[in-house]
Amino acid sequence: MSTATTAPTATETITTAATGAPRRTRLPGHKPFGPLRIAAFVVLLLLAVGWLLPFLWAVATAFKTETDAASGDPGWIGASGPTVDAFVAILSQGNVYTWAFNSLWTSAAITLITLAISALAAYALSRLDFTGRRWLFIAIIASIVVPPQVLIIPLFYEMLAFNLIDTYWGLILPQVVAPAMVFILKRFFDAVPIELEDAARVDGAGRFRIFWSIVLPLSRPILASVAIFVFITAWNNFLWPFLVVGDTTLMTLPVGLQTVISAYGVQYAQVMAQAVLAAVPLIVVFLIFQKQIVKGVATSGFGGQ
Amino acid sequence: MTAVTDSTRTIVTGSRTTPRGRRAGSRGREQLISWAFLAPFLVAFALFLVWPIIHGIILSFTDQSLTGAGGAFVGFANYAEALGDPKMWQSMGNTVWFTLLSTVPLVVIALLMAALVDRGIPGQWLWRLSFFMPFLLASTVISQIWVWIFNPQVGAANNILEFFGLEPIAWLQNPDTNMLSIVIATVWWTVGFNFLLYLAAMQNIPPQQYEAASLDGAGAWRQFWSITLPQLGPATVLILILQILASLKLFDQAYQMLGGVASDTTRSIVQYIYEAGFVSYRFGYSAAISYVFFALIVIIGVAQALITRRRKEQF
Repeated sequence: MSTATTAPTATETITTAATGAPRRTRLPGHKPFGPLRIAAFVVLLLLAVGWLLPFLWAVATAFKTETDAASGDPGWIGASGPTVDAFVAILSQGNVYTWAFNSLWTSAAITLITLAISALAAYALSRLDFTGRRWLFIAIIASIVVPPQVLIIPLFYEMLAFNLIDTYWGLILPQVVAPAMVFILKRFFDAVPIELEDAARVDGAGRFRIFWSIVLPLSRPILASVAIFVFITAWNNFLWPFLVVGDTTLMTLPVGLQTVISAYGVQYAQVMAQAVLAAVPLIVVFLIFQKQIVKGVATSGFGGQ
Repeated sequence: MTAVTDSTRTIVTGSRTTPRGRRAGSRGREQLISWAFLAPFLVAFALFLVWPIIHGIILSFTDQSLTGAGGAFVGFANYAEALGDPKMWQSMGNTVWFTLLSTVPLVVIALLMAALVDRGIPGQWLWRLSFFMPFLLASTVISQIWVWIFNPQVGAANNILEFFGLEPIAWLQNPDTNMLSIVIATVWWTVGFNFLLYLAAMQNIPPQQYEAASLDGAGAWRQFWSITLPQLGPATVLILILQILASLKLFDQAYQMLGGVASDTTRSIVQYIYEAGFVSYRFGYSAAISYVFFALIVIIGVAQALITRRRKEQF
């Protein structure tokens, strides 16, 4: 994050990133059913209910008929009983599949390219000796403060010049530059013991061999963290895809869904069904990879954005 | 970065950045290898970050239009217009107002959530899911959900007000409450991120400290105030800065929740950049506003650097 406070030859490194693992043992000094503990539980429960309610309302509405959804009756189940009509209506339109697929593969491409080019650069900045290294590192760190929103005009102009408006490349390429991720990876590489590499060099291994077969395997946890963070950011990115893509078949999910909000008018059940459909894959992914996601966000979140 | 809790870092001694035992002849070779490693990133960095920054400055001194017309050098005219443009100041004011309204709950509620979850109360996966799940949703999805909740006729928000015997509100349609509505949706959406950062910071506090305190007879409340909270200082500074920078970039949810309609009470500076460039087609003027906004971000960045440096000197 900071520009001035990080010396390029920083010798400190985050080595013990948050594990994200729940505390196994109860903290000492707590009675299992002390009044304070019960109070904490109640507050926590209220907060959790408050945070889940908006989503549960959306789910409940998605299972209502349009008439029930528009009636303003706050009940969980509509007067005509639950129905999947809204889901059927959404899924029979086809565009949702295209948008979800576009989101999935462009986000994956952005993640892969970002990871590859950032890791290579971070390795050079961490381990190799070249003229201008210090200045290059300072320039990369300084660029972290530039908000992408500030660059939409010149970037759009550039895409016009390259003829990349309304193309996947125009959508993907401007999103692969992540100086904060270079910084995070560089700090991690700094902490990898150099003795491992020295041994490989004695055996005659080249720089890329060392990078590929020694450093990268050791860096799997940090690579996973960065990948998760980049993927979530790309998956949810709205402004750039919204500007650069106008063709309905090229849209990502966030941009595509935005175009039909107005088209559906007052069809609340369908709009909610759409929101629920778009949310469910991410919730499933979160439940499966909870530990990695929590860790990834904690590690990369402190470093960038 | 330097503001991460002290306990999260380990000092790695010795400088490993200069490879040892290098022979003089291999120097040129290492230069070549270095640039080969750097090349892919540097090409992207130059094309999609450095050049746009420079070109944006150039554009801001022209009357370039999205339609391709214009492009003549106009000196500081765009900047002069921006500084005298009431709409620019209004959107700047809205942005700062949103930042103030959203940052406080986003930090305080996150701290409360993390402090409660860190107590080891059963159901960890449920708490994490409830608080963090909204953060994973796209802005479009949360906008759709909250537009429906804030619907004055059939939305749940007014059902709740009615339940407490209060008058219904027009929420997003009313200029007095539309910014507040966006703040509520934003707090729900993004508090999970700060919650995770706080939780990570708390879990790096060595359990021995709690054990020692508990031997001295300190209860959970005392432990929180005298052990947990003081050690969260650096994390709080960082979370605060990250949150302020994130809030200043308000656009997605504000734009979508109002259905793309420009409202004088919610138009953020990023939305004004967008409107000037892509609605009025004035690329030159839009670029100039972008740099006024960037100046604000840089000022906050410098302030952050100064604060973290002063903290370092204190300890």
